[in-house]
Amino acid sequence: MRDVIRFVRRGQVVEVSDFHPRTTLLDWLRLTDRATGTKEGCAEGDCGACTIVLRRLRNGAPVVEPVNSCILFLGQADGAEILTVEDLGDPDGRPAGASGEGLHPVQRAMVDMHGSQCGFCTPGIVMSLFALHETAPGPVDRRAIDDALAGNLCRCTGYRPIADAAARACGPERAPPRPLPTFPEADPERDVFVGSDETFFAAPASEASLAALYARHPDAVLVSGATDVGLWATKALRDLPKIIWLGRVAGLDAVEDDGATLTLGATLTHARALPLLAGLDPDIGELLRRFGSVQVRASGTVGGNIANGSPIGDLAPVMIALGAEVELRRGDEVRRVPMEDFFIAYRKQDRRPSEFVRAVRVRRPGRDAAFRCFKVSKRFDEDISAVMGAFHFVLGEAGGERVIRSARIAYGGMAGIPKRAALAEAALAGAPLSSRKAWDLALDAIAGDFSPMSDQRANAAYRGHVARNLLLKALTEVAGASTDRTRIVGRRPPELEAAHGR
Amino acid sequence: MAADLQGDGLTRAEGSGRPPHPVDRGAVPRGGDGPVHVHRAYPHDSAHLHVQGAASYLDDLLEPEGTLHLAVGMSPAARGRIAAMDLAPVRAAPGVVRVVTAGDIPGRNDISPALGDETLLADTHVAFHGQAMFLVAATTRDAARRAARLGRIEIEAQEPSVTVEDAERRDERVLPDYAFGRGDVATALKAAPRMLEGRLRIGGQEHFYLEGQAALAIPGEDGAILVHSSTQHPTEVQHVVARILNVPDALVTCEVRRMGGAFGGKESQATQWAALAALAARVTGRPCKLRLDRDDDFALTGKRHDFRVDYRLGFDADGRVSAYDVDFLACCGHSADLSQGVVDRTMFHADNAYFLPAARVASRRLKTNTVSNTAFRGFGGPQGMLAIEKAMDDVARLTGRDPLDVRLANLYAPGRDETPFGMKVEETDTLRAIMEGLERSSGYRERRAQVDAFNAGGGWLRRGLALTPVKFGISFTLTHLNQAGALVHVYTDGSVQLNHGGTEMGQGLYRKVAQVVAEEFGIGLERVRITATTTDKVPNTSPTAASAGSDLNGMAAKVAASTIRARMAGIAAALWGVDEEAVRFRDGMVAAGAESMTFADLARACHQQRVHLSATGFYRTPNITWDRASATGRPFFYFAYGAACAEVLVDTLTGENRVTRVDILHDVGASLNPAIDIGQIEGGFVQGMGWLTTEELVYAPDGRLLTHAPATYKIPVSSDVPADFRVELFPNSARQDTIYRSKAVGEPPVMLANSVFCAIADALASLDPGRPVPLDAPATPEAILNAALALGGGR
Repeated sequence: MRDVIRFVRRGQVVEVSDFHPRTTLLDWLRLTDRATGTKEGCAEGDCGACTIVLRRLRNGAPVVEPVNSCILFLGQADGAEILTVEDLGDPDGRPAGASGEGLHPVQRAMVDMHGSQCGFCTPGIVMSLFALHETAPGPVDRRAIDDALAGNLCRCTGYRPIADAAARACGPERAPPRPLPTFPEADPERDVFVGSDETFFAAPASEASLAALYARHPDAVLVSGATDVGLWATKALRDLPKIIWLGRVAGLDAVEDDGATLTLGATLTHARALPLLAGLDPDIGELLRRFGSVQVRASGTVGGNIANGSPIGDLAPVMIALGAEVELRRGDEVRRVPMEDFFIAYRKQDRRPSEFVRAVRVRRPGRDAAFRCFKVSKRFDEDISAVMGAFHFVLGEAGGERVIRSARIAYGGMAGIPKRAALAEAALAGAPLSSRKAWDLALDAIAGDFSPMSDQRANAAYRGHVARNLLLKALTEVAGASTDRTRIVGRRPPELEAAHGR
Repeated sequence: MAADLQGDGLTRAEGSGRPPHPVDRGAVPRGGDGPVHVHRAYPHDSAHLHVQGAASYLDDLLEPEGTLHLAVGMSPAARGRIAAMDLAPVRAAPGVVRVVTAGDIPGRNDISPALGDETLLADTHVAFHGQAMFLVAATTRDAARRAARLGRIEIEAQEPSVTVEDAERRDERVLPDYAFGRGDVATALKAAPRMLEGRLRIGGQEHFYLEGQAALAIPGEDGAILVHSSTQHPTEVQHVVARILNVPDALVTCEVRRMGGAFGGKESQATQWAALAALAARVTGRPCKLRLDRDDDFALTGKRHDFRVDYRLGFDADGRVSAYDVDFLACCGHSADLSQGVVDRTMFHADNAYFLPAARVASRRLKTNTVSNTAFRGFGGPQGMLAIEKAMDDVARLTGRDPLDVRLANLYAPGRDETPFGMKVEETDTLRAIMEGLERSSGYRERRAQVDAFNAGGGWLRRGLALTPVKFGISFTLTHLNQAGALVHVYTDGSVQLNHGGTEMGQGLYRKVAQVVAEEFGIGLERVRITATTTDKVPNTSPTAASAGSDLNGMAAKVAASTIRARMAGIAAALWGVDEEAVRFRDGMVAAGAESMTFADLARACHQQRVHLSATGFYRTPNITWDRASATGRPFFYFAYGAACAEVLVDTLTGENRVTRVDILHDVGASLNPAIDIGQIEGGFVQGMGWLTTEELVYAPDGRLLTHAPATYKIPVSSDVPADFRVELFPNSARQDTIYRSKAVGEPPVMLANSVFCAIADALASLDPGRPVPLDAPATPEAILNAALALGGGR
C-alpha cells in the first residue's frame, strides 16, 4: 500500500499526504503551489477558467486531457503530470515579457489575433487549445475548435479571435508536441490510502480491494470523475471525509465487444466511450459530442452518469431505449439489472449499501432496427437537457407494408427519473410505419405517459409539447424524411438516413 | 513587437475561409507627419500576461500575513421583518475569528449611490432573497463559507413582489414616474390611418463577468485603509467605505489594476464587497478579503433590468409612423441603485434610429423584492431599442412590407431629425449610409428572396433575416459625470508613467490612452508604463462607464502630456534658439531643423533646468446640457451608429435555432485602435445575442433566483457564434472634437444583436404572414415554440 499521492509538477515528482480528501486540485494549485495563473470562475466545472492539462500514461500510451481543476479532487491527479498555463512557455517558468519571446504557439497566436480582453478566461482557453494542439490529428476546422472550446466561457471577445488563434496554432505548420516528463514509477498493483480510518482519500488498485474497502466503509463516497461529486464539496459544502476514487481500479474501465453486446466498464470516461457508442448510431455520437464539454468528458464516466441517477443524465434514456443492463457488485456478489429498473425515484437507485456499478451492458441494435435520439436544451453545447428523447424501433414487413414491430421509447427530463413512454410504445407496436393515424395515437399517448414538472430549464407545457414533437420527428425520419428537412444540428450521414440504413 | 504585430494584427478572420482583409478600415492613413501610435491595431496592454497567467487579478494578489477571509450570511426570505438572528453557531464554527453585523458599523449603514435606500448589512427588514445579513471573518475562505450557513435566522415573511404585475398591484416603486415627448400623441394616434397596440416582455441579464466580485482591505495608521477592489468606480468605493467607517474620504484609498470583466456589474455594485472587507478590517484590525462564490454573486448582485413594454403606434399603409405612445415598466429590484439613469436611457433610446413625429415616452420604476438591478452595458438603451424594433416588425407584418423597407421609411433624415427629447440628430447621412451600405454588402435583397423561397416550401424548419440599425447617445446623462483627470510623469531616463481615472476591465482603455500619450511625446509605446487606477493619484473620478472611458480619459491624458511636452519644447527651443512651435517629438527624438536629441536627453536637460516633468490633465465634455425636470437640452455629445444583418434557422417543432450568418457595419469614427474596437463590436454583439436568446433569469414565486450558476444560466459559447461573421468599420471621422476624432464603442454594439431577435421573429412570421409575432425576449426555445404555436405552427 502507498500512503501518499504522487504527481509530476514542473519536472519534479511531488508526493503529498497532508491534505483533506475534499481538497480540489485548483485550491492546491492556487493556495499551496501559489500558481495563481489558473482561475476560479464558477467552481462547478461549467466555465473552464480553471482548465489545466493532465498528462499520464494509460496502458503505456501517453494521454493528454484538459480537465476542470475546480471540481477535481487533488488525489485524482495521482500518477499524472499537472500542466498549468504558467508551464507552457519558458521551461524555467519565467513569464515572457511584452516581446513575447518564449511563448507557446497557442499563446503567441492568442496575442497576435487579439484573443484576450479581460484575460480572466484566457488561461483556461490557452490550456484547452494547448490540449487541442497536442491531440488533434490534423489541422482543425471551426467545428473542431468549437468542440474544443465548448467548456470555456468567454464573456468579452465573442470567440471569433480565439477561434482564429486556434486555427493558426493548430494549423498545418504545428509545433512538435511537448516531450513527456519522467513519470513516477508505475505501481498499478498497489492500493493508495492517504489519511486515517475517519478521514481518507483512497484509490484501490483492484475490484477486490475496492469491494473490501467499501464494505468496511459503506459511508464513504465513491468518486469516479467527480464532475458531480466535486460540486458536493464546492457548492453544497459537504464534509466528504471518506473518498474512494475509482480511477486506479484495474479493469474497471474495460471494454468488451462480442459483436452483439458492448460492455463498458464503469470508469470508462465519456471521451473514451464516445467513439464506441457513436458506432451504435451516429445520433449517440452527436449526443455525446454535446455532452458536457471536452473537460467534462475527459473526467466524467459512464458508470458515474448512471450511478448518480440524475433525471436528466443523457446517457440513461439512450441506454434504456437500447435495452441496456447495469452490472453491480457488492463484495463478491455480482448482479445485473435492466437499466429502467435501476432508477427508482428522484436521485434514488436500486443500489444497496457497499454496492457499486461495475459496468453497463448494451446490445447493439439489430439490422431491422432504427434508432434516433434528440437532446433539447436552451443552448446547444454544454447544457443540460430540458427534454431528451431516445427512440428505438424494430421494423418489419406485414401484409406488404412496413410496420413497427416494437418500440422502446425513453425520455429524460420528463419525470423524476429517466423513464419509458409505455403508452406510446404500445400505440406503435404493430402499427404501419407510415400511418399518420397510428402516429397520432402514439403522439397523444405521450400526455398520458408523463406529467413533467416546471423548473428553470423549461415549463411543463413546453416539455410536453417537445416530447410529443420529438416522437413525431423520429417517426418522420424513420419513415424516410431527410434530416436536412428535419434538423438544424446533428444531421445524419446520407447513408444512415433511411430506416434500414445500417 | 509593434512592428511585428502590424502585419499580423491587421489581418483577421483566419480559418473562416474568407480572404484576410485589413481591420483598420476607416483608420486615418499614416505617413509623413501623420500619427504614429493612434489609429493602429496594437494588442491589449496585458495580452502577453493574460496568455501566461501572469496578469494579477484581485484574488491573485499576495495576501498580507494574517489576512482573514470573509463570507456573507444571506437572507432565507425575500421580504419581511427580521424576527431573530441567532449567530452563536456561526461564532462557534471552526476557524471563525469574528462575526460582524449591522451593529458593528461605525458610520452610516448605507451603500446606495445616491438615495440612502440600501443597507450594507440588513438591520430590521430584508427586501430580497439572499440579502446580506451578517459577515463571517475566518482564517480560511472555506471555514468562512461553511460558518456563514450556520446562522439561525427567522424572518416574518411576506409575499414578495417578483414580477411587473406584482409591483403594479402593490403600486410600489423605487423612484417617481417620469415622461417626456413631443406633440399631441392621442390626437396623432386617432388621426393615423392605422393603429396597433403591442406588449413586449424583456428579460434581464446577468453580467457573468468571469472574475466574480472581490475586495481586499488592509488597515493602516490613524484609521486609514487601503482597499483593493475589482471595481469600475474606485471613487464610489472610497466614498462608501468612508461613509461606512465614518472617516474622511482622505483616509481611504481604493486601487484597481484590472478587472476580469465588469460590463456595468461593478459600477455601483462592487462597493458593497469593498465596504464589507473594510468594515471587517476595521473591526478585526487585520487585512480582510472577500471573494464571492459564483452562486452567491448571482444572488447578491444586480442585473440588467427586466421590463414590460406597452406600446401603441400610429402608421400609414406604407408603414410610415406618425405617433408612438410607449410605457416602459421596469423591474428595478428592491432599491433605486442606478435605476434613474438606466430607465432614462431606455427612454432616450425609445426612438432608436427612427423619426417619431409625435411621441409620448413614459416610464415607471417598479420596486420588486429581487436584487437591485443595475448598470449593464447599454444601460437601459437596449430595452428601449428592442421595443421599437419589435414595433417596426409589427408594422411590416400588418402592411405586408419588407421590415427593412419599413425601417428605411422611418429612418431619421434631414428635416425629420429631432428626437422625442428635442435633440437634433446631426449625422443622418451616416445613419443612412450605414443602413444602405450594409443592405448592399450583406446581399440583403437576394437573401430575402432565398429565405422567402425556402419558407414557402413549408416544413418545420424556417429561415429568418433581419437588418436593424443602432443609434446610441454618447455621454453620461448625469451631466456632471462627464469629466476626467490624468497624471503623467516623465522620468529623467525618458520613460513615462501614466495614470488616469479610468479602469481597465478588458476593453483596452489602458492601451488606447497609452497610445495617446506615446503619440503626444513621440516615443515608443514600450516607454509608457501604465499604472493601476487609484484614488490617491487621480481624485474624484467618474465611473468607467457610458462607453466614455477613452473619450474622457484619453483627452485628460492628452492634456497632461501636452502640458509637459510644451515645457520640454520650451527648453529645447531655448537650447537651440528656435521657436517652440518648430520643435517636433517623433520616433523617440526631439528635433527642430538640423538640431535633434533623444527624448531622454531632453528629459534630463529639463531636470537640470529645474523644469517640472509631471503634470495633471483635466477634461470636461463640452457642449452638453440636460435639464431633466423640464426635459430640455442636449444630453449627448454625439451619437454612435451601426447596423447588423442576421440570418437564422429555426426548428419550429422545438424552438431550437441557429444564427447562420451575421454582417455588421459599425461607426467608431476614426478608430484609436481598430483591433480593440472590432473586439468590442464582436464581443458586444455576442453578449447582446445571449441576452436575447439563451440567457434566461428564472425566479421562483418566493423570490429565489433559480438560474444562479453557469449550469442553469447559459451565456453564448463558441459554437453559438456563426462561422460566417463579417464585421467592418464604417469609414468615418467624428464631427465633434473627440480624441483623435474617434467615437465611443463600448456599449453600442450590444444593440446590434436586436437583428438576431428580429430574424427569429421573421422566421416565425412565415407561419402566418400578416400577423405580428408574439415573441418575448429572451427568445429561448420555449419562447419560440410558444410563439410558433400561437401562429398555428409548432406541430
